[in-house]
Amino acid sequence: MLTKRIIPCLDVKDGRTVKGINFEGLRDAGDPVALGTLYAKQGADELVFLDISATTEERGTFASLVKEIAAECTIPFTVGGGINSIGDVDRLLKAGADKVSINSSAVKNPDLINQLAKEFGSQCIVLAIDARLENDYWLVYTHGGKRSTDKELFSWAKEGQLRGAGEILFTSMNHDGTKNGFAVEALNEMSKLVTIPIIASGGAGTMSHFAEVFKEGGADAALAASVFHFGEISIPDLKSYLKENHIAIRN
Amino acid sequence: MDVAIIKYNAGNTQSVAFALDRIGVSYCITDDPEEIKAAEKIIFPGVGEASTAMKYLRDKNLDHLLPTLKQPVLGICLGMQLMCKLSEENNTPCLNIFDLTVKHFEATHISKVPHTGWNNLTQTKGWLGSSFEDRFVYFVHSYYVPINPYTVAQTDYIVPFSAAMEKDNFFAVQFHPEKSAEVGEKILKQFLRIRS
Repeated sequence: MLTKRIIPCLDVKDGRTVKGINFEGLRDAGDPVALGTLYAKQGADELVFLDISATTEERGTFASLVKEIAAECTIPFTVGGGINSIGDVDRLLKAGADKVSINSSAVKNPDLINQLAKEFGSQCIVLAIDARLENDYWLVYTHGGKRSTDKELFSWAKEGQLRGAGEILFTSMNHDGTKNGFAVEALNEMSKLVTIPIIASGGAGTMSHFAEVFKEGGADAALAASVFHFGEISIPDLKSYLKENHIAIRN
Repeated sequence: MDVAIIKYNAGNTQSVAFALDRIGVSYCITDDPEEIKAAEKIIFPGVGEASTAMKYLRDKNLDHLLPTLKQPVLGICLGMQLMCKLSEENNTPCLNIFDLTVKHFEATHISKVPHTGWNNLTQTKGWLGSSFEDRFVYFVHSYYVPINPYTVAQTDYIVPFSAAMEKDNFFAVQFHPEKSAEVGEKILKQFLRIRS
């Protein structure tokens, strides 16, 4: 039986993880390779590394980091942040990334999704969407949630699938950082509209939020950052909890 | 050289190479027929689209070489599908090592396609033996090989399909052992132990 995936997300700037402190048994929690390897050992099903660099020099650091991660990491990982072209994706996949996520560049040039899917296959193209619910309307944002667009969440997700995305990573800006649970209703609606896997992001605070997003949100995977990085939820505990709650989980 | 990894436009070549590094076997990534023929084992990786991959193999004359190899050959993911006779992915004629047709998964809103994530192996036998029964491995694919006489492991997604196959010196897995944590590493080691 296909299992639901638990995905820790690591923000990386200039080769270092931005969040992530206080890790038992880890000498340097700022080292993305060490942290990623630890999560893989603990039972994470995939990893996401998000490049939040602001400068070209820092971006160069990220590309070489991807190769180091790939050498150590025994589970699949996605990289995202600042990916604009076929050349960017080619470099990252050749370095050993399994998938790439695109966000702002896809909104600006939706045809990029088609081009990437044709060149590398849909299975490695993740369409990341940040959206905020405003007056009953899910408005899509880009540039790390700073810029609003003319796109609506559900039609953009559907369009992404039609253009060849292999997965949707949806972050609810209303829920992100609140620790009050995922955007279950919107996720449920989206899972009825698309037939590609959906990764839920934003709002994880307790283990029951993960159970809820799988049972009621129809999500195929759930992504979180701080609850894992700050040790509030341990991955082994989370997986035992979900199994007890009759959710298909890898042991 | 212990292993030759077939060099073509497959997306997971580097991941396979890193997995062999972690195991500690020597390998080369090559499209040179002599180097391929001289290797003890061959790994035929694959991520991407069938017709583009077959064109690439034809351009390098590897389409004639691969079915004639005598040492153990392991096809991974698209590599396994290309070892079949025909793929429904753009109706692509393939290598015909296994006389089988690769089919497309019909997606539903419950069962998404691509089949992405960790799923378990059942009825494992042949080169995999019984020790991988019910173990989880990582899949990402939209096409599948139905159950057939060469099937040595099954996985259930929408329909039961071939997770692994075996015929003479040809071995194949639909999942990604190079990305399947400890279980995947054990499966790669199992292949590397096969005697020609």
